[in-house]
Amino acid sequence: MADPTTEVKSIAVGSAGPGCKKVDPILVADKVRRQFGGLTAVDVEHVEIPRGLITALIGPNGAGKTTFFNLLTGFDKPNEGSWSFEGKDLAGVSPYRVARMGMIRTFQLTKALSLLTVIENMRLGAQKQPGESFLTALIRPLWIKREREITETADALLKRFKLDAKREDYAASLSGGQRKLLEMARALMSSPKLVMLDEPMAGVNPALTQSLLDHIKDLKSNGTTVLFVEHDMHMVRHISDWVIVMAEGKVVAEGPPSTVMKDQAVIDAYLGAHHDTDLGAVSPKTDTTTLRATAKETD
Amino acid sequence: MDILNILSLALGEMISPTTITFVLCAMGLSVHFGYTGLLNFGQAAFAAVGAYGMAIGLITFQLPLWLAVIMGLVCSAIFALILGIPTLRLRADYLAIVTIATSEVFRYFMTTIGFAKVTGGSNGLSQFGKQFWALNPIPEADYNFGFVTYRSDQLFVLIVGWGTIILGALVLRLLMRSPWGRVLKGIREDEDAVRSLGKNVFAYKLQSLIIGGMFASIGGMIFVLNLSNVQPQTWTTNFTFTIWSVLLLGGAATILGPIAGGMIFLALISLTQGIMGAMVEMGWLPFLSQPDVAQIRFILIGLSLMLLVIFRPQGMFGNKRETQFNG
Ligand SMILES: Nc1ncnc2c1ncn2[C@@H]1O[C@H](COP(=O)(O)OP(=O)(O)O)[C@@H](O)[C@H]1O
Ligand SMILES: [Mg+2]
Repeated sequence: MADPTTEVKSIAVGSAGPGCKKVDPILVADKVRRQFGGLTAVDVEHVEIPRGLITALIGPNGAGKTTFFNLLTGFDKPNEGSWSFEGKDLAGVSPYRVARMGMIRTFQLTKALSLLTVIENMRLGAQKQPGESFLTALIRPLWIKREREITETADALLKRFKLDAKREDYAASLSGGQRKLLEMARALMSSPKLVMLDEPMAGVNPALTQSLLDHIKDLKSNGTTVLFVEHDMHMVRHISDWVIVMAEGKVVAEGPPSTVMKDQAVIDAYLGAHHDTDLGAVSPKTDTTTLRATAKETD
Repeated sequence: MDILNILSLALGEMISPTTITFVLCAMGLSVHFGYTGLLNFGQAAFAAVGAYGMAIGLITFQLPLWLAVIMGLVCSAIFALILGIPTLRLRADYLAIVTIATSEVFRYFMTTIGFAKVTGGSNGLSQFGKQFWALNPIPEADYNFGFVTYRSDQLFVLIVGWGTIILGALVLRLLMRSPWGRVLKGIREDEDAVRSLGKNVFAYKLQSLIIGGMFASIGGMIFVLNLSNVQPQTWTTNFTFTIWSVLLLGGAATILGPIAGGMIFLALISLTQGIMGAMVEMGWLPFLSQPDVAQIRFILIGLSLMLLVIFRPQGMFGNKRETQFNG
């Protein structure tokens, strides 16, 4: 693994730390706060997501990761705060416009469109299909060419995600893991600039885990920025260039994976008051590498 | 009892102007509910708005028929906007409540004395059919089709009505196989997922409400043109629930479902009414009188709705699991 300090220099301005500035940020959030009654779910002072890299957003359950995703993509409204994507202010922008700007997210609770076939799910992910507007829809020659292009892209993605055999099946007939894959493949239909994946590995068959990791690395090599929420420390350590840690709504640590996982703030965040608990317990999969083991290996 | 008479009545009912109206309304509802997942319980009002819009255009504004029809459709679209803009951003049940309430409000509004000059009040409007009947090219005569005989004007309505249904079915088929239809189906499944893929869900729902409402409006126009009058008490919640029965019987997310559902449902209603009427007449059902028989129809509608939703939510022609009330 590369020396952490040179890694930091190429990504962050100055030293790594909560809210540190990035050399080339794609997404910048400022003072984003979301309260549910008395509970402050998200209270992020400042955070920047580096362009062209894979950033992991980690933190214990209830840390506010999903809520933060919802806020950034317009699915939820904060009490205050501002954020911008490629320099364009995004506060108050509706979810579909956020998506059209090239920032596509997936959901922690998978949203496969059950009674649409797998291929139709994929086609729906495409942008710029003139047949999606009412009047053009009636005149097939106006959209059939684009539909063929879309289908080609969709088939290529399905093949990559090993879902091509399921092409004509209803999404409802897929397993939980396959739906996660479908949702991710569908998100890629529009070649987004930034993909935000909320727990992409949850429920995915371990046999598919490696290929999913490869897909995410492929995204990066194609120039797509990835921000993902994950509990699986093995995955986080393996593929992310940068790790942001949230706890109780706040960003408590940031840095390259090798250093962040040894950070006392991170260990505290995960352990909370239970200092005697094994860090492995925070991972939903008890058979995967624990945080402690990860820290040891990278020592 | 006259079994042949009862049967031929039921057969005639299969293609009657009433059936045409319910089929068109159910086709519209299939766009709303079957394809988009919108719970519209005010489809009767869409039919009424179209019928009144056209009738008022013909009487008050003395418009030519084609323009009056367009006026009815424009009224229908405005009605959809009024219902949709405040509710379609909210959860699905809000639309259900608002549509059922608005359709009742609209019906009472039409009986209000203050507007009776235009709307005809509780008497409704009549004598606006001249232009329509003048279009009838069929020579005056009785046309015998074995089990039924039609006059030229009756035949004319049937041809116009079923022609409209076939045209409408073709348009729906085109729409639902297009990317536009795909977005609607996606919204039915999970609107947040569709939003996350960059589609303006609200605009699609509004379009769906307008298109489906227009089908009902055309159905309403044919209904009142056939009778040459429009009455406020026609467009009750019963009317809406008959449309729902037709749709659910046939299959909500299908093109042919509303057509077959309408033909079968209304024939069945006519059949049960005929048979029970005959049985009452012969004293086989001493606990029922003739007026009860007409009321029993509505019990049957309610019952069939319940049974359909429980045992066959996809309808007769629906794909397995194509339509559900939850999940
Ligand atoms: N819609 C909501 N209403 C009330 N509380 C919520 C809502 N959504 C999330 N929360 C609360 O906000 C906190 C953060 O939740 P979440 O963002 O889902 O955490 P994470 O994704 O990090 O596990 C939790 O305490 C959760 O209970
Ligand atoms: Mg979460």
